[in-house]
Amino acid sequence: MNVHALPILTLLTLVPLIGAAIALFSGRHARVVAIFTTLACLLLALFIWTRLPADGSIGLVERAAWAPSLGIEYHLGVDGLGGLMLVLSAIVTLMAVDAAQHRVHHMPGLFFSLMLTLEAGLFGSFTALNFFHWFLFWELSLIPAFFLIKLWGGPKRGPAATQFFIYTMAGSVALLLSFLAIFLSTTNKDTPGTMDFIQLAQMSASGQLAQMVTAHLGHVMPWLAIGVLAGFAVKVPLMPFHTWLPAAYAEAPSPVTMLLTGAMSKMGVYGLLRIALPLFGPQIAAMRTPLLILAAATVVMGAWAAAAQTDLKRVFAYSSVNHLGYCLLGIFALAVPASGAAQQASQAAALNGVILQMFNHGLTAAVLFWFISMIQFRSGGLRGINDFGGLRKPAPIFAGLMGIALFSSLGLPGLNGFVGEFLIFRGVFPLAWIAATVSVLGLLVTAVVILTVIQKVFNGPVPEHWAAFPDLHHGERMALAPVIGLMFLVGLVPQLIVNTINPTVQNLLAHWRF
Amino acid sequence: MLSWTIYISFAGALVSALLPKDKPVLARWFAFAVTVVGLGLAVAGYAAGFSQPRQVFIDALWVPSMGIHFLLVADGISRVLVLLTGIAAVAGVLFSWNVDLRTNQFFAFYLALIGGVYGVFLSGDLFLLFVFYEIAIVPKYFLIAIWGSTRREYGAMKLALYSFAGSAMVLIGLLAAYVTAGSQSTTLAALAHAGLPVSFQMWCLPLVFVGFAILAGMWPFHTWAPTGHVAAPTAASMLLAGVVMKLGAYGCLRVGIGLFPHGLDPWGFTLLGLASWRDVFAWLAVIGIVYGALVALAQTDFKFVIGYSSVSHMGFVLLGLMTLNQIGVDGAVLQMFSHGIIAGLLFAIVGRVVYDRTHTRQFAELEPMHLSRRLPFAAWAFVFAGVASMGMPGFSGFVAELQVLVGAWRANPWWTIVSGIGIIVGVAYIWRVLQKAFFSDTLPTAHELETEQEHKLPPITWPEIAGVVLLGTCTLVVGLYPRILLDQIEPAVKTLLAGGMQ
Repeated sequence: MNVHALPILTLLTLVPLIGAAIALFSGRHARVVAIFTTLACLLLALFIWTRLPADGSIGLVERAAWAPSLGIEYHLGVDGLGGLMLVLSAIVTLMAVDAAQHRVHHMPGLFFSLMLTLEAGLFGSFTALNFFHWFLFWELSLIPAFFLIKLWGGPKRGPAATQFFIYTMAGSVALLLSFLAIFLSTTNKDTPGTMDFIQLAQMSASGQLAQMVTAHLGHVMPWLAIGVLAGFAVKVPLMPFHTWLPAAYAEAPSPVTMLLTGAMSKMGVYGLLRIALPLFGPQIAAMRTPLLILAAATVVMGAWAAAAQTDLKRVFAYSSVNHLGYCLLGIFALAVPASGAAQQASQAAALNGVILQMFNHGLTAAVLFWFISMIQFRSGGLRGINDFGGLRKPAPIFAGLMGIALFSSLGLPGLNGFVGEFLIFRGVFPLAWIAATVSVLGLLVTAVVILTVIQKVFNGPVPEHWAAFPDLHHGERMALAPVIGLMFLVGLVPQLIVNTINPTVQNLLAHWRF
Repeated sequence: MLSWTIYISFAGALVSALLPKDKPVLARWFAFAVTVVGLGLAVAGYAAGFSQPRQVFIDALWVPSMGIHFLLVADGISRVLVLLTGIAAVAGVLFSWNVDLRTNQFFAFYLALIGGVYGVFLSGDLFLLFVFYEIAIVPKYFLIAIWGSTRREYGAMKLALYSFAGSAMVLIGLLAAYVTAGSQSTTLAALAHAGLPVSFQMWCLPLVFVGFAILAGMWPFHTWAPTGHVAAPTAASMLLAGVVMKLGAYGCLRVGIGLFPHGLDPWGFTLLGLASWRDVFAWLAVIGIVYGALVALAQTDFKFVIGYSSVSHMGFVLLGLMTLNQIGVDGAVLQMFSHGIIAGLLFAIVGRVVYDRTHTRQFAELEPMHLSRRLPFAAWAFVFAGVASMGMPGFSGFVAELQVLVGAWRANPWWTIVSGIGIIVGVAYIWRVLQKAFFSDTLPTAHELETEQEHKLPPITWPEIAGVVLLGTCTLVVGLYPRILLDQIEPAVKTLLAGGMQ
């Protein structure tokens, strides 16, 4: 680990915070401030992406003493996984800010300020390597998200925001308790305990962590693993911890939903990869079967529930549950001691797929909710699947571009969605064929859902009052073009990402012990 | 340098009393100047403390026949609390900017209270400490009885009676210790080194500890706290929760644990599962944490919620002290500072920013007012303070309570587990208040909007903004960089726990 001269990760986290402070006092001009801030963040994130260590290890490390007596250290760093999440967060926030143009009449300064604070929370939690520091940003992102739903959401925003807050908070408490136990167990007479992810991962790999915890607290290691898993399971979400999600996604203003699904849900998956698997590998491996059942259920039930919805936002809320279910499936499937080169290759494929899927789902889901916000703006708030019809005639470009995003969500080869899901299934089949087979059902139902949406919204006869449904105007096309382009790019040239994340995948798998 | 905080506060009180009665502006700027100088001295003294762990400012014989010294000393613990007092004093003046009734007298009492508090934290002599401790009680009574609100005479009298009962217990213990030690000297160092017999410590410790802990709001002697806080004018409740409760906790630590450490040793038998005074007080603290939080959850008066939350948070201080290990006591001292700042901020928002505009503290009446829209500054300041009070990471409360919990775990894991309930309830009551007082879901009717237009709430004034920024910055800085205080707390606690009171 080389210590970089310029504290660029700190800078990346600070920029949105500074932007948030400025936006708060710029009233009507807050959106301009937010766009420039998020643009700067995107450039910084891309710069970081180019500076990642080629061997997949953690780079751009920043370390400083913070509160040693509590095992708290200022320790930042990113590898391919963290770097990709930074880029994704930056893209999604930029899109969300751009999408927010028509929706915020009420206290725009505060709205964009909270959006930027949320972005800082994302950056902070994707770069932190110490529990305290990570937890700080994990919670920091929760508060703005709550208020964004609570103050700018739809008619049932109050209960939705509260439900969101309580679920996530309960998950956070479980996480905190687990880490408190770890901190206490790693303490001895001379040294305070540690909350450093890297150090704890090493201790876990050598079996020392489990020994220490058992010596201090008895056989609680599985319970600590469950506590940590619970925290992430709520955030991703994993069935049956998902019930907060549809209400929150549906009631939140669309730009906020873009952030919630595009970036915040990845905090949970990232946590599983950065924290849960490295620290609790053997415990998760022991619980693999029930976890796989839950993951498969998340995939299938998510898709099924999406099929039963009539509100477009709820359709894609459940569809998000389904898509993130593939990530969970891949993660739990690979949590098994590899017995040979073939299995190792499968694990690597699954993990590559999971990381790609995180990026792709973030991108696609955010774009879909962006389109929904445009539909709502044009239709005066309507977003029922049966409220529309034949929109491709009055608005061909709209229909075309949204169609591309929809097919990307469906997983059509050539678009971004396909690569990740393909790799996940390629990896999962040899490792857990039953779960994989069941999950294929999810793919089918998702296809039905997406095609139904296309059929009902864009095809068929045009109702009279939608005959003049406005097509995308120039500005919207310009804003969407790069993202749609990115979907094709990742779909056609996935090496762009895989080349950088594959070393990280190898590096991670080499260090994990199940 | 720090000793001047005492002198200028008392001098300021005297001058303030002599200022003309009909010039409130003068009185307030004068009090502001005095407290700012006090804060400046506290900061400078704190900064100087990094290189000198223990400073003696003055050591003169006061009553030679009894060996009473006028001894002012400071170690890391004292300096942190003096710093807290300095900050709370400035903030209190800022939030009392609208006091128009006998302003000069108000600030005279106020400054006398501050002077007494500084005195307690800096005393190195038990008798002197007690004198300052008593001095602090009197102005408190008048501040509440004259400038208070809801049931002020009752609140003031209850507070005074509880305080005096506690003082009486302390005084008995103090005299007993003095006599037992040989009637040579009353300095804390001399008494600590006198080798008081264990059997004596066994009965003297609970007496002194409870005497002080009454003022720290220990359950079941806490009932003065909510009523007193509610009755007090804003600045007084800020000081009451912010620093006066710390006097009690400080006494428990410095006098109780410092002089009678063996009083906490095991009794040699078990009663109801309790084996020492330490167990007794720790469980009382834990009950206070959970009970205070649960009662706060059920209040209908905004200020009572904060009043009971103080009981809950002070429980962490007492629990931290009873861990008797480095990290737990560090946490207790840090929590004293943290709670002082956060409770001050909460009381300021409730008492000054909200109540002085809405003239009600009942949730039922606040709910239809839609304060998040009409007083956005108050709403967001409360979100900030509330999140800090919940123990969100990044704020001072998190680090402090975490240390206490870690320390408690090492002493007895059940203390940590039960206190954990208090933390979860803590999130819940702040949450509930936030929804009820500021962010209610009901939409305003057209009629309500009209009345709002006609009766605009008075705008937020600069002293309020300055006060919120001051306190908010403090909790954030300590939360993000706790070493700024811990670097001085740790060595001082280490010395104290080792029994090495010089």
